[in-house]
Amino acid sequence: MAISEPVLVADSDHIARLAQTWRQPPGFWGWFSNVHHTAIGTRYMVTSFIFLGLGGILAALMRIQLARPENGFLSPDTYNQFFTMHGSTMIFLFAVPMMFQGLGLYLVPLICGTRNIAFPRLAAFSYYIYLGGGLLLWIGLLTNTGADVGWFSYVPLAGPAFSPGKRADFWAQMITFTEVSALATAICIAVTILRHRAPGMTLNRMPIILWEKLVISFMIIFAMPSVMVVSSMLLLDRLIGTQFFNLALGGDVLLYQHLFWFFGHPEVYIIFLPGTAIVSTMVPVFSRRHIFGYTWIVVSVVATGFLGFGLWVHHMFATGIPQMSASFFTAASLVIVVPTATQFFCWIATIWNGRLQPRIPMLWIFGFFFVFLIGGLSGVMLASVPVNWQVHDTYFVVAHFHYVLIGGALFPMFAGLYYWLPKITGRMMDSTLCHWHFWLFFIGFNMTFFTMHFLGLRGMPRRIYTYSPDMHWGALNMLATCGVVFMTAGLVVFLVNFFHSKAYGDPAGNNPWAAGSLEWATTSPPPHYNFSELPTVNGREALWDNEPDQPIVVGLRDDVPEVLVTNTLDSDPEYREESAGPSIWPFLTSITVSAAFVGSIFTAWAIPVGAPPVIVTLIGWLWPRGHSPSAPVEAKERLTHG
Amino acid sequence: MRFCLFTMLLSLTVLLCGCSREQRTFRNPPPAEQTLNTIQVSGLNPGANPIATPVPPNAYEESAYATAEGQKLFDQYNCSGCHFHGGGGIGPPLMDNNWIYGSEPGNIFATIMQGRPNGMPSFRNRIPESQAWEIVAYVRSLSGLLPKDVSPGRSDDMGGYPPPQSMSKQTPIGITGNPEQSK
Amino acid sequence: MFASVLSTMGSVLVALYQASPLSPGGHSALHPSAPQAAHIEWLYWVIFWICFSAFVLTFAVFTRGSARTYISQPEPLPPIKEHPNDSKAVWYVGGAIAVTVLSLFAVLFMSVITGKQVEGATAEKNVLTIQITGHQWWWEIQYPNSQAYQTITTANEIHVPAGRRVIILTKSADVIHSFWAPSITGKRDVIPGPSSAFSFEVDKPGIYHGQCAEFCGLQHAHMGFSVIAEPEDQFEAWEKEQIAPARDPTTPDQLRGRQVFLTHACVMCHTIRGTDAGSRVGPDLTHIASRKMIAAETLPNTRGDLAGWISDPQVIKPGTLMVPNPMQPDDLQALITYLGSLQ
Repeated sequence: MAISEPVLVADSDHIARLAQTWRQPPGFWGWFSNVHHTAIGTRYMVTSFIFLGLGGILAALMRIQLARPENGFLSPDTYNQFFTMHGSTMIFLFAVPMMFQGLGLYLVPLICGTRNIAFPRLAAFSYYIYLGGGLLLWIGLLTNTGADVGWFSYVPLAGPAFSPGKRADFWAQMITFTEVSALATAICIAVTILRHRAPGMTLNRMPIILWEKLVISFMIIFAMPSVMVVSSMLLLDRLIGTQFFNLALGGDVLLYQHLFWFFGHPEVYIIFLPGTAIVSTMVPVFSRRHIFGYTWIVVSVVATGFLGFGLWVHHMFATGIPQMSASFFTAASLVIVVPTATQFFCWIATIWNGRLQPRIPMLWIFGFFFVFLIGGLSGVMLASVPVNWQVHDTYFVVAHFHYVLIGGALFPMFAGLYYWLPKITGRMMDSTLCHWHFWLFFIGFNMTFFTMHFLGLRGMPRRIYTYSPDMHWGALNMLATCGVVFMTAGLVVFLVNFFHSKAYGDPAGNNPWAAGSLEWATTSPPPHYNFSELPTVNGREALWDNEPDQPIVVGLRDDVPEVLVTNTLDSDPEYREESAGPSIWPFLTSITVSAAFVGSIFTAWAIPVGAPPVIVTLIGWLWPRGHSPSAPVEAKERLTHG
Repeated sequence: MRFCLFTMLLSLTVLLCGCSREQRTFRNPPPAEQTLNTIQVSGLNPGANPIATPVPPNAYEESAYATAEGQKLFDQYNCSGCHFHGGGGIGPPLMDNNWIYGSEPGNIFATIMQGRPNGMPSFRNRIPESQAWEIVAYVRSLSGLLPKDVSPGRSDDMGGYPPPQSMSKQTPIGITGNPEQSK
Repeated sequence: MFASVLSTMGSVLVALYQASPLSPGGHSALHPSAPQAAHIEWLYWVIFWICFSAFVLTFAVFTRGSARTYISQPEPLPPIKEHPNDSKAVWYVGGAIAVTVLSLFAVLFMSVITGKQVEGATAEKNVLTIQITGHQWWWEIQYPNSQAYQTITTANEIHVPAGRRVIILTKSADVIHSFWAPSITGKRDVIPGPSSAFSFEVDKPGIYHGQCAEFCGLQHAHMGFSVIAEPEDQFEAWEKEQIAPARDPTTPDQLRGRQVFLTHACVMCHTIRGTDAGSRVGPDLTHIASRKMIAAETLPNTRGDLAGWISDPQVIKPGTLMVPNPMQPDDLQALITYLGSLQ
């Protein structure tokens, strides 16, 4: 490849060819063939938001049941299914798909300054598999096969002897679906961040959100296999009579808990770290300065990723483990406060030494500060073993994790939605409705969940479908139920705001927040080729630090989809690579894989019978297409001034 | 719009199907008078053709929950004391295909309620009828007569015996000494 | 000045909370009746105030920072790379991190110490050992004794002598349960397989409620128990009564009731020592009339409640293993009379 003469900026033929090359495939089958990251990311966000609504409806129904003592609104069987489905939906079908997969797939290529995610077909496949898992679980609920043994599904209760039927199997297989999906997305995002960043975006200049997505990808790669193993062991015990968790024949009940929580604790950091990344993105933008303590924050994010794997036994303090082991995990659980606290202090320093010009997303960041701080501090209380012995498995824990998950993920998620929806839809959201949404939700949330701290201390355990009037928990429970009304109202306001703004909002323009990262360097919504001119980067906030004559990347072909692969550390261009275009094979593979997975709930024959179609679809997927080989790039040829 | 309609139709269809395997009934109707005297317990009958006797079906055979309850009760009421876990010992085995008094649910229910010569006690008025039907469902699952997804899995004990769900269906040899016709 | 205002406010709040009419009394982690729970309550408050101060300080600094740099003009200001005060901020942030680390060390240190205090010395003499077996959905209580005939078996109601150390050995008959009496001590999971031991002593005589705290199935919500602490002499009297076999019926009604018990399904699951009924599936009923509540602390032990429970337990605890027992009304009344005589 040789460029002998400079290419004019915004050459309309070039743009037209780019638009044609990267166009979304039309039609019904075209929808299933789409492998562009914006489409996949949007689908993730929409689907996970629907699951948020469904999980929220279950929670509202549970709260109605608990509003009064000895209430008869839900039977114990229904209540058990509801709380299991609520937890499983929120964690597996909403939190990770929205925070990491949805926002990640949409934003990461844009922030990296490239045209598409790495391994686009794998990303598409991950969405269909996730959808399959969600459908499996919810069709289960609708056919009276909803999982009913808790979102963590402890043995022996979830084992073959005490959980007859297929309910626990549906749950366990849903895990397989969602974890395959998460692993696939993690690989796509990690490779994009490591190898597809814009030239000039060295590791030291990478936006914090990319650091966080990278750390989470690795956390997923190490944590998800643990839960896949344990859910598969449970399935094997239930389907073919293995003895993994049968004490009488040498199995162990606590093994389940260890394997599950080895995944379960990193999982909550997988949900929480995107929240901190969103905060780290917005605080500089609205303080009109680079973030304070970039290195400290990056080190904190990486440290959280590592330390998150060392805490899992704090979910098992009441099981009778030796004091010394318990104290080790207390220490680990307290140590992980330090990186999070460091991030907090750096954000405060950014604001203190900046000039705060808040806009509506910042309202949610203020909410995050309040709510997550309370949640994190109640976590410190829980880390202490003796206190844990009193409040474990009570509503105190329910309060804690809702404060950290809603405060640490949902509030930043709403901040992120108000911040990035103008980019996604091209329209600004309404400010008044945002304020209504925030205050209704904030008040309702605190009304519901702050009360639960008291309920837990007063002895109310978790997962009970009713309680006696003699316990005197009725008034507090009624108060908690009332908060649900406000939260629901807030969510309705958000939906109204979203649909109204999508149609009638003010046009957003490229960069409504005058932010610094690369997703704001293109139109709103971005074209399918993301950038008409691929940018290079000169600092941590690309748009703020760029020179007036900042180079652009030229020389990539515009007749085939092509992306630039760069060096991991310094982001020097290494070679050009053809990116996979639209393909129906990820969807077809997801069908065959889903059929094999779902069949294996009912019979072990599903594996040998289901494998050949999977192999066929994989062959179709991987069949060589006569792509042009990757072409190495010489440094002196790569740049030209545009 | 079409997407919403499709989703609603799908949900409706799915809801209506329900799933009898997962049915959990806690309030049983009061036991009706069972016509046990119509159940044949001997292979002999006058005349050439065998008398066709209607045998009551067992609604619990579609419920995995009820069959699992039967598994629990089998141990708790000490059926395993004589029949062990289906292999037999003091009493005849229950996981083979030899059904001395018939393999239909009504036959087994009658065996439990009436007792049988050579050591099988009568549990009438001791085991409530609803629980007896659950035990009937479990006993039939021991020789693979129930669908695989309804049969219980392995139990949490030292049994080491194959779980009912992995027993292949064996054609029962009934009271006439001949293989029974499958329903 | 600021600190003393805060602590006064704090104590007022705490007092209001504890004195509130909703204050429950015998079933709260913050109303300890045993030194174990008292240690944990002390630790809780210390950590609470550390966390509260952390929250107030952090949020105050955050609010102050936001307020003092707030600019209301709609035009976004040109962004800057760093601020001249950033080097000073490094010291503040570093200091804040150091304070955080020190506080966390303090929390860790106090937790380890409190943990050791709660576990306590078990080399005491005159310790009472109680074996607790968790079933779905009731608690089997046994007071083991080297003399087998002096072993007490009861259900859901644990009597302990006030002031004497009690060791609980846990066992599970089926799934994981958790034994938790909040005003006495922290919870301990009851796991099938390993038997776990923990101890406590109750200072004040009284009735302390507890509940299963690990999800164990359909009736996890109705798996309560009570710990009744009584003076030593009352406890010994109770022990003697419990060791004795069931009282023989003295009236015709009681005789008929025993006959009903022995000829109906009851005998398949329950034990009444002194009769032929010896099944261990369900709770021991030898001294059922001496218990204050039935159905694992779900219903008070009265004639009407007992009759309702026996007739159809599935209405009260749907999914429980006990089946409905429809019987003639006279039989039911006689049965209740007989059971009511089993002090």
